Amino acid sequence: MSPDTRAPWPLKLAAAAGLAFLLVPLLIIFIYAFTTEERSFAWPPPGLTLKWFAVAWGRTDLWSALTLSVQVGLISTFIALILGTLCAAAVSQTQFFGRETISLLVILPIALPGIITGMALRSAFSIAEIPFSFWTIVLGHATFCVVVVYNNAVARFRRTSGSLIEASMDLGADGFQTFRHIILPNIGTALLAGGMLAFALSFDEVIVTTFTAGQQQTLPLWMLEELIRPRQRPVTNVVAMVVVLVTTLPMLLAFYLTRDGDQIAGSGK
Amino acid sequence: MTALEGGAILPRRGGIFGALSDAFWRHPKLLVFLMLTPPVLWLGIIYLGSLLALLLQSFYSLDEFSGLVVPEFTLSTYAQLFRPSNFDIIVRTVLMAAVVTIASGVVAFPIAYMAARYAKGKWKALFYLGVMLPLWSSYLVKVYAWKLILAKEGILNWVFEGLHLTPLLDAFLAIPVIGGNSLSVSYTGTFLVFLYIWLPYMILPTQAALERVPVNLIDASGDLGATPSQTFWHVIFPLALPGLVAGSIFTFSLTLGDYIIPNIVGSSRQIIGQAVYAQQGSAGNIPLAAAFTVVPIVIMGLYLWMAKRLGAFNAL
Repeated sequence: MSPDTRAPWPLKLAAAAGLAFLLVPLLIIFIYAFTTEERSFAWPPPGLTLKWFAVAWGRTDLWSALTLSVQVGLISTFIALILGTLCAAAVSQTQFFGRETISLLVILPIALPGIITGMALRSAFSIAEIPFSFWTIVLGHATFCVVVVYNNAVARFRRTSGSLIEASMDLGADGFQTFRHIILPNIGTALLAGGMLAFALSFDEVIVTTFTAGQQQTLPLWMLEELIRPRQRPVTNVVAMVVVLVTTLPMLLAFYLTRDGDQIAGSGK
Repeated sequence: MTALEGGAILPRRGGIFGALSDAFWRHPKLLVFLMLTPPVLWLGIIYLGSLLALLLQSFYSLDEFSGLVVPEFTLSTYAQLFRPSNFDIIVRTVLMAAVVTIASGVVAFPIAYMAARYAKGKWKALFYLGVMLPLWSSYLVKVYAWKLILAKEGILNWVFEGLHLTPLLDAFLAIPVIGGNSLSVSYTGTFLVFLYIWLPYMILPTQAALERVPVNLIDASGDLGATPSQTFWHVIFPLALPGLVAGSIFTFSLTLGDYIIPNIVGSSRQIIGQAVYAQQGSAGNIPLAAAFTVVPIVIMGLYLWMAKRLGAFNAL
């Protein structure tokens, strides 16, 4: 903007109000985690306490939900890392018939709303008579996690110069040595970032999971249960705060790792 | 070291890895094929297979007496969608998605404009985090935060009380359809939460489109005598429109396909997502749930077709 470098005040006001609208609800979560009020969502909190952190720590149902979420997240991320990297390598290194279709296929599970992916898997399990289990959850999660790994890896492959690979080959390395010593160190941080985002995505996913989980509860399912039929509200407050920290820290770290011009996220959650 | 001793041409690396490496070098297509096979098989079988299963299920029907799914081709399940009670659900969902989309466009535009054209350095980072933190925070926690805010004893009522505006809020809640007992059990509440949660998806593409508007076009417009508002409406806004349309794809599609938000903050009148969840769960009517799921797919298909004509895909 050359003629007027200062923003007009209505624009400033609207943008500031918008930013407040985006950030204030997250701050509120942090305050409620310390409230002494047990029965309602009373504001302002009548007092502040650390007691509920201890209570939450002692809840076994919470720990088993957390364990399941971490297990599902790790296995889904592992699968997504392999599938996403393979796909990105193939798409970015060569021109071949149908690469647009491949990109679309990878993005589709996340571009379509969660109930479609969830209901589609539910229909398939019903037709194939597959009972719900740990692995049905993983199946769903890995499918929509591929896209974040793919996006990060494709961006990095595009920036990795082909002459490095040619130089490695000229110096006598074979394909595997080039992969181990040239390609892997180059795409390493992108894979780390993609993997962390995939884990965060899986850790937080609730809509698809409600269609693919049987009796098992992941942490979001536990939380959903608490939101619909509250048992101990202060414990939910504490869990909410911890979850905000756990899901935003990988995002900040991924931002830090890929900050030189990469796209860090998928096209959407 | 061997490179120095062995002269210009190296001995082949023996063994299976050497052979494989040579084969990949000679037939690059083989390597691409091998790399593509696992992801394509996974997504093809699990994802596309599931979508086909969904379509198949929607043409089955539920036997009203036995409560079992009859695996025979019929259109009767789709006919059920046009029963008044079910059709209302569809109309209500599309209306909600449209209102949420328009509102997020209005709220997102100033933020995107400020971030793209004016914010620098520290402010730019603040705008970035202001969008990315809510985007990557837990979905359920964000919904929960709004339950806290909108609750009868929550912050919003406290603010209204502090400003002595409670009668105004009560008058608003007394309006039929959009009102209710309190904000957390009204359509207005559902709308606010949808708006909050999908807003970053609108800001990001709009900001990207605004950042791509060339400065010299704006200068040229000014040189040719346009006032700032003329420049905005005739130069900047038309160039930002594909970004807004791209954002609207997300807000529209995500609202069509959500059932958690209206379940937690909302009235008892269902939208499509809730109908799908209720039908496949307690009612055990997977065919009807599948037919309901096909509705957002069809609507989104039409929407994407229109968006493509407006050039939204170049802004993604």
